[in-house]
Amino acid sequence: MMKIEAIIQPSRFESVKDALLEMGVEGMTVTEVRGHGRQKGHTEVYRGREYTVDLLPKVKLEVVLPDQLANRAVDAILKSAKTGKIGDGKIFLSRVEEAIRIRNEERGESAL
Amino acid sequence: MKRMGIVCCCVLTLMLLAVPVFAQQSPTAASPVGSSATASSPDVPQAVTDKLNQLEQKVTAAQYSADNAWMLVSAALVLMMTGPGLALFYGGLVRQKNVLAIMMQSFVLMALITVLWALVGYSLCFGEGHFIGNFQMALLRGVGALPNPDYAGTIPQSTFMVYQLMFAIITPALITGATAERMKFSATVLFMTLWFFVVYAPMAHMVWGKGGFLNASLGGRFPTLDFAGGTVVHVTSGVSALVCALYLGKRVGYPKQPMPPHSLVLSFTGACLLWVGWFGFNAGSALASNGLASSAFVATHFGAAAAAIGWSLAEWVKNGRPSALGAISGAVAGLVAITPAAGFVAPMPALAIGFIAGLFCFWMVTKFKAVFGYDDALDAFGVHGAGGTIGAILTGVFAQTVINPIFGEGKAVGGLDGHWGQVGNQLAGVVMAWVLALVGTIIILKVVDVTVGLRVSEEHEVEGLDITLHGEEGYNLEA
Repeated sequence: MMKIEAIIQPSRFESVKDALLEMGVEGMTVTEVRGHGRQKGHTEVYRGREYTVDLLPKVKLEVVLPDQLANRAVDAILKSAKTGKIGDGKIFLSRVEEAIRIRNEERGESAL
Repeated sequence: MKRMGIVCCCVLTLMLLAVPVFAQQSPTAASPVGSSATASSPDVPQAVTDKLNQLEQKVTAAQYSADNAWMLVSAALVLMMTGPGLALFYGGLVRQKNVLAIMMQSFVLMALITVLWALVGYSLCFGEGHFIGNFQMALLRGVGALPNPDYAGTIPQSTFMVYQLMFAIITPALITGATAERMKFSATVLFMTLWFFVVYAPMAHMVWGKGGFLNASLGGRFPTLDFAGGTVVHVTSGVSALVCALYLGKRVGYPKQPMPPHSLVLSFTGACLLWVGWFGFNAGSALASNGLASSAFVATHFGAAAAAIGWSLAEWVKNGRPSALGAISGAVAGLVAITPAAGFVAPMPALAIGFIAGLFCFWMVTKFKAVFGYDDALDAFGVHGAGGTIGAILTGVFAQTVINPIFGEGKAVGGLDGHWGQVGNQLAGVVMAWVLALVGTIIILKVVDVTVGLRVSEEHEVEGLDITLHGEEGYNLEA
């Protein structure tokens, strides 16, 4: 099992979600987060005072999938989240040891 | 037919005679209202005389009603400028953790100043005297349904009294923009009480009160034109705001830490309420529902519009983008600057005053403040002190006798009429307001500092005044 954490532009979230659902992903966890990579931030000016806002709003999407689905999901995210501009975000992959469904204590991939 | 002609003539004469007396209006119009223009002559039968007397009473009553209706609405509009107008405007500009504290400062003044006003405030402002009024109307003695012809001959003195009260409320509230996010609530209450007596009451009296040192229509030494409170309200509060900002010192983290407004939506709403309320402030200062009120209404609106454009243009050129905060700040600056001029200037000069004020206040807030480095948190000085000063001086330039013959029919009023000496009189008023505000505020701050202390602790300031001073939060979004 693989866990995909994708940090994406909030404006791309809807199309990423649709792309994942279309390829058969059944569940996901989404968090509104703030952060920056190489993009740094932007400046805001209030009555002549400039503020650099360096933590920008992003959406973090987490999905845990069976190994064979993970690569296709990454492709789907890449395709739907990309605008080609700096600030598009990142995808992190990690191995997941175990998954347990709380309701009936199912374990492994069938719990996903 | 002939009888009707006589009646018409008499009614006309009456209407002309019944022109009300404003706070700042021509002394020639100060004829006693209700004088009998229908003295019986041998040619007029008694029945006609009686009828005419009845008519006279009815005409006067109709005018009283019209004027009183407008003045009561105006009083309500001016109160609306403090709460919700100013409270929202300032509330949006502070950080989220201080939103209730700043709103509460405006609100408490609505209550506090009202009580002071009822006890002695009105008398100190509008009783007789050179520098401050006497106690003759303390506890509102004699202030009732009858007009006070010294100030407003066609409305109950109660209306005049409550209208003027609304000005006394908003003036100290403006100062809270400079002390925002760091002054104790207890210190604010004590400061404002003292400030009302030491700065506001004398200044209001000198400019508007009978026998006041600067009064233009009731025998002042330096007749300063101040239609609705450019010096009395905006210069005094703005200059005091600067003194407070310097005395209190900067907020913790200023200017390194970002302190952006937490909700420009609130500020925007507040600024629009201020704009609308200002019609009561300026047009209401005609103290009657007449042509002068319309003239002041137009000038007020034009001044605000031109200033919003002035500030926005300056910002567009300098930063490449016109901001919402810039546009609303410009409108408020224009409203401030047109305040002393509203009842004296024609529409075109009103546009000019607004535009100049928009540019000037933009420069004061963005450049001047940055160079000197004081922390006037919400720019009470940059907008009210600067806008009030420039507006008061420009009033001397643009005032015209065709708009308001305050010095007598046909007599030159301002620079445009060729009476450039009025600019000097305006400067006298401005200097008086500056000196009174500077000296008075320093003394009061010292007194408050050694008695209750001015600033909250650094810990409390960081945590936010809403929780630490009031035990509440502005936004319990998860509740």
